[in-house]
Amino acid sequence: MANADFAGREYPATAPYSVGREKIREFATAVGATHPAHHDLVAARGVGYPDLVAPPTFAVVIAQRAESRYISDPEADVDFSRVVHADEKFVHHRPIVAGDELVTVLHVDSVTERAGIAMVTTRCEIFADGPDDDARERVATVMSSLVIRGEDF
Amino acid sequence: MSTPPVVIELVVGDVVGTREIALDRAALVRYAGASGDFNPIHWDESFATEVGLPGVIAHGMLTMGSVIGVVVDWAGDPGAVVEYQARFTRPVPVPVRGNAVVEVAATIGAIDAEAGTVRVDLTVTHEGAKVLGRAQAVVRL
Repeated sequence: MANADFAGREYPATAPYSVGREKIREFATAVGATHPAHHDLVAARGVGYPDLVAPPTFAVVIAQRAESRYISDPEADVDFSRVVHADEKFVHHRPIVAGDELVTVLHVDSVTERAGIAMVTTRCEIFADGPDDDARERVATVMSSLVIRGEDF
Repeated sequence: MSTPPVVIELVVGDVVGTREIALDRAALVRYAGASGDFNPIHWDESFATEVGLPGVIAHGMLTMGSVIGVVVDWAGDPGAVVEYQARFTRPVPVPVRGNAVVEVAATIGAIDAEAGTVRVDLTVTHEGAKVLGRAQAVVRL
């Protein structure tokens, strides 16, 4: 249940995720986010953004794609049907806007097990893609904890 | 839009806003599609009960993503939310017909006048029980 050897592992940056206007509108609608800066280009530019701005939890879309590389790895031994999302934290270094090309570096910060329950914490460092690694701009950090219940629970 | 809030005019304990959010099965399917989270516990009743849940439950991230709207609307700018965290302490079961109502109350938890930020604490309940723990947003004003 959750291979402890994965603690400390860092995955190479993902292929870029292209943040689209319609994706921002679709996600905003799904979470009931009615602020015009999510939907209307003129309104977004009026508040000072270059394009539509993503809602505060939009980064989870990008983070979960990166996390799936770890969770779906058979070697990691994470039984997704027994996983419960325990907590989530977003730190925005700058807002995500449509047109961003974002790459994610996934870190498995810890894998612990106690009393038949495993806990995994992951951290996604999301960057705006640049011509090389040094030119990347930090955009968001997404921290996530998953609890994996053992067979007896 | 109303005038944005000003840090020095705020007091810890001030109520930023309250809201009731009704989630039905269509909202769960819509969020699954928008987010890419297709875990069957959010749409397949038999799967959900087989893994020990009371039935289909809302994505924790749907609840978390929905309740922050009260803070964004108060701040007047979605980009003002520089940090946001929550624990998922209790599931929100969503019935096959009708909806589950989530109630949110957001209050000022701390003020950092020097940084120009405030911490907004969110109390999020369903049928009187807390569903999010330590739900806090740091807002730059």
